[in-house]
Parts: sequence; C-alpha cells; structure tokens
Amino acid sequence: MSRRFTPKIVTANDLLEGDVVYLTRDDRWSLRLSEAELIEDEPHAQKRLHFAEGQQDLVVGPYLADAHRGPSGPEPAHFREAFRARGPSNYRHGKQEDLRG
Amino acid sequence: MYTYNDFDEAFVRERVAQFSAQVERRIDGSLTEDEFKPLRLMNGLYLQLHAYMLRVAIPYGTLNGRQMRQLAMIAERWDKGYGHFTTRQNIQYNWPKLRDVPQMLSALADVGMHAIQTSGNTIRNVTSDHFAGAAADEIEDPRPVAELLRQWSTDHPEFQFLPRKFKIAITGSPNDRAVTKAHDIGLRMVRNDAGEPGFEVIVGGGLGRTPMVGKVIREFLPKADLLPYVEAIVSVYNLLGRRDNKYKARIKITVHENGLDKIRELVEARFTDLRREFSGADQELLGEIEAAFAAPDFVSKPAEAYDTARETDPVFRAWADTNLTAHRNADYSIVTISIKTHGQTPGDATADQMRVLADLAETYGHDELRISHEQNVILPHVHKADLPAIHATLKAAGLATANVGLISDIIACPGMDYCALATARSIPVAQQIATRFDELKLEHDIGPLKIKISGCINACGHHHVGHIGILGLDRAGVENYQITLGGDGTEDAVIGERAGPGFAYDEIVPAIERLIHAYLDLREEASETFLQTYRRLGAEPFKAALYPAEERSNAA
Repeated sequence: MSRRFTPKIVTANDLLEGDVVYLTRDDRWSLRLSEAELIEDEPHAQKRLHFAEGQQDLVVGPYLADAHRGPSGPEPAHFREAFRARGPSNYRHGKQEDLRG
Repeated sequence: MYTYNDFDEAFVRERVAQFSAQVERRIDGSLTEDEFKPLRLMNGLYLQLHAYMLRVAIPYGTLNGRQMRQLAMIAERWDKGYGHFTTRQNIQYNWPKLRDVPQMLSALADVGMHAIQTSGNTIRNVTSDHFAGAAADEIEDPRPVAELLRQWSTDHPEFQFLPRKFKIAITGSPNDRAVTKAHDIGLRMVRNDAGEPGFEVIVGGGLGRTPMVGKVIREFLPKADLLPYVEAIVSVYNLLGRRDNKYKARIKITVHENGLDKIRELVEARFTDLRREFSGADQELLGEIEAAFAAPDFVSKPAEAYDTARETDPVFRAWADTNLTAHRNADYSIVTISIKTHGQTPGDATADQMRVLADLAETYGHDELRISHEQNVILPHVHKADLPAIHATLKAAGLATANVGLISDIIACPGMDYCALATARSIPVAQQIATRFDELKLEHDIGPLKIKISGCINACGHHHVGHIGILGLDRAGVENYQITLGGDGTEDAVIGERAGPGFAYDEIVPAIERLIHAYLDLREEASETFLQTYRRLGAEPFKAALYPAEERSNAA
C-alpha cells in the first residue's frame, strides 16, 4: 500500500527581484500562491520540478512545497510557506504590500 | 579611525568591478546559479525567504558620520528605507534587487566599506568591544589589532575555503563585552607579570547546535606574535577540521574531538615556523594603524548642564541612568542609543534615524559611532555637557528609549520573518515581550536582564548566553519556543540550561511573565539581579513557575 500523496506546488524566488514565485499550470511564474498549479501525484510533481529546474534564467532554488486545495486555489500546508506567501510580520512588506488591492 | 589607503581602495573597487561582471553573467545566462552562488556569498549577498539580503560589514563595529549617512542613503535608494543591525556588527538590507547590488557595493566603497567575507567559509567580520577606545576599564584599544586582522584575513589565499565559517572577537578590557568565549578565536587583552599588554587566546567557542565555551589555548601571547599565532590556529584547523559533516566542521568540534592539548601542540609547532616568516612588516603596519586610532582631542568645559538636567528632568535622569557608561575621561560619557523602542524590531533603524545618529556623532561625538553586538548604536565619546542636547535630539527621533541592559533590550535574530534557515519567528516574540513589560511598568524594577532570542538552532540570537534564552523551533509544523536559563556571555561565560518542554507561540510571553514574577518574589533584595538569584537558587523554583503543578498533573 502506498502512502497517500500530499499535494504539492512548485515555488522558487525570482532571479532579478528575489520575490517568492509559484509555477502555474501554463508554465508561468506567478507572484500569487492562488495561481499555482496544485500537483496531485508524485510523477507529475517530479516532472514539474524538473521543468522548473530548467528555468534558471528566471528563478532561483525551485522546490516542491506541501499545499492544500482551498476555495480560491492552493493554500500553504506549513507556516513557513504561509510566511513566504504573505511577507514578514514586523512590517507590511513583501506580498502583503505588493499585492494589495 | 582607520581610513582606506590606496591599496584598500583599489582592492575594494576591483572586487566591486568583478562582482558587477559576475552579476551580469548570471543575468545573461553565462553563469548557472550553482556557479554564481559562491561568488555572491563571497560578497555578502544571500537569498532569503522573500528577497535577496545584502550583509555589509561594519569592521569591529566602528563607523563615522559619513559612513552612517551613506548607509541611510543606500537604505532609501535601493531598499525599503531601513537597515537591520545584527549581532555580528553588520548591517543587513532585506530587500535589494539583484541588478542594484553592484551599485550598492560601489556606494559602500565610496565611504570605505564593503560586504566582503560576510558569508562563506572564510574568516568573517572581526568583532570587538563596542566601547573600545572609550571604556574606563580598558587596557588598550583593541581596534588596531582588529583592523590588522581584517587586512590579514581579507582575501587571504590560504583561508578562502576553510572547513566552515570562522569568527574572531577581540576585547581590550577584562570585562568582556564582545562574547569572546563564544567565538572560534577569542582574544582578551591581559597584562603579564611585567605589566606588558598581550592576549589571552581562547579557541573553540561557539553557540549553534553544539554550544561550547571557548578554551584558553595560550594564557599570554605577546602582542607582536598575534598574527603568526592566529595564522597557526587557522592553518591547523584548515588541515584538521572536518569537511565530511557540516555540523561537525567548526573548530569547536575539532578542538573537542582532538583535545585541547593536541591542538595546542600542533599550533605551537606551526607558530614556531610561521613566526620566522613574519619579518616585522606586520608590526610596522600595526604601528601605522595605531596612529590612525589615536584618541580624539578631548575637550575641557564645564558640565553643569548635565547636573542641572539630571536634577530637573526625570526623563533625562532615567535615560542617563540606563544608557550611559563610564568613559576613561571623567568629563566624558559613553552613550548607548537603544535601537529597541518598545514594540519595534530590535536592531532596525530607519534612514532618518541613521542620519540623526550621523549628525550627533559629527556635532557632539568626535565623529565616531559604534554598532554593538547587542544591536544598539553607541556614541563612544560624548562630553557630559552635551548630553542634554543629545537626549533632546534623540527624543525627537524616537531614539531615546531608556532600556539599555533591561528586559526590553532584547537581542533577536531576523528569524522566520526573513531568514531562510529559521524554524520559527523571533522578532514578534521580542516585540511582544518588550510591549508587555512596558505595559506592566516593571522594567526598571526588574533591573539588569538579558533576554536573547534565536529563530533556529544556529543561535544567531545568542540565546545560549542569555540570562533567559528563547529558541524558536518547528515542532510538527507549529512554532514552539524552548527556554534556557542562566546563560552568561561575559568573561565568565556559561551556556544556559534548558528549562523543560517548549511553549507555543501564544504561550511564550505569559511563560516569560511567570518567570519574571517568580524572580521578583524570590530575590532577596531589589539589587539582586535575575542572574544572581538564579545562581543562588538554581533552576528549580524557576521551573516551578514555568510549569505550574496543576498543568503538570493535567499533562501527566
């Protein structure tokens, strides 16, 4: 019996800006976690990670992160990814500032 | 203060040019990230959680007004208008863009600063007593030796690929304010029986996942032998240090596994060889550096304004009582400016505040500023007559918090709000503790107390040597905070003892509050500090306060 697969997203940092970015189903890098492709099985996860690793001219350090399906797209499974998706807690900098409105 | 000579200037400019080309080659695809990463790290550029981060060295914590003003300019032009002063006397910019970094480095070079060797497995920024050159208890100003070490270690070909990073701290005072026993090499100035100044050399200290108090490898090293001796230590480590396991690669493990006696034997043998190769050029250079660090021309003038302000202004008096330290010139004071306003991020200063600090240094402080490992800014040389004017300016800039050495003067690493290595947040915990004890109006009653917070086991927040240490961890996907008690970062360094199970994010501030109330009940008199009470009674009564009996029985 195989273990149940935890859904994944592919995330990285933008090469020039450093921003947290997410791989979308149509091969774009989005600033919004809600636009990320939610990956439901291991072979597809490896395929998407491999694709991301080939995008060195755009992003740095792609990896797979656990996520859940939410009402408006993927949601972070771990608090580290929640912070990456929001920004620091001491100032309204990062995504909570950049993605306002 | 030391100013760059032609060699320093040319070296730093050349490095900026090299790195600019490397950034271009990364952007145009000629360099992969694997190729670029070691190059950017050699120049202080990290990639953190939300953005790049540029770590700039403030060698031995010393800078002048012009340099501080340039740090403000950089913060405004290429970052978000502030900088973060760290526990290693660096400043970090949290939001640079890759394309802008070469210009930032060029702007730093304009004022004789750089980000070289603020990362990587090299000898890092040499840290020092932030009261150096001013302290009443000092034997000699340690900064000339620190500058000599900076020059010797910068781009030293033998030491660019050490087994792991290597940190040196130096103090000229018997009262250790530079945490020398928690460094790979600690240098503590002492006198020998003939009254000559030299160094007690400490090796193998460090915090992190395996905290160790450094051991004395040489009780007295003549000043003139410093470079060959330090070089001997680093070269023995370079050969013997483990490269098979990152977590066992620091010199503390090398010393621990091989034993101090064996290390000492190897170092002394290597030192004997190396000393012959040092022809005395280093001592000539040291002489020139020492001249650059000559004490300022202290002025003599009446100081009644200080006495008057003390008598008539209770706010000034409270600030003077906590934020001033005795200067070696009795007419002068050392001013510690708290960058720990209650509720703010420890160590963060805005560009406007940096400019105020620069102005104050130039107007009243012989153009000198220091950054302490405790994340505050120091005006080392201030005539007492000028203290009321300085206090008024600081008040207007939101920099007059009277809390130095008290419960809200917390060291905190950036934690998971910024750091890619962190396992939990530290900044908001520091903010909440400071805010809570300010509300309780207990801070001054509690008295001297050092709380230090790290957001992971690497211990950048020095939690092991906090009187109360807090370590943030990830326990099954939830932030969890362990408390250590009784740590001490002075010349009597002690690693704190873990109190027991950790606390959830929303339980950690109440836990600290119970601990403090227990201390207030247990102390024999108001002058007995938290650490003294802890040493007198041991951990048990504090553990009882942290883990009340009913909760313990419920948990059982």
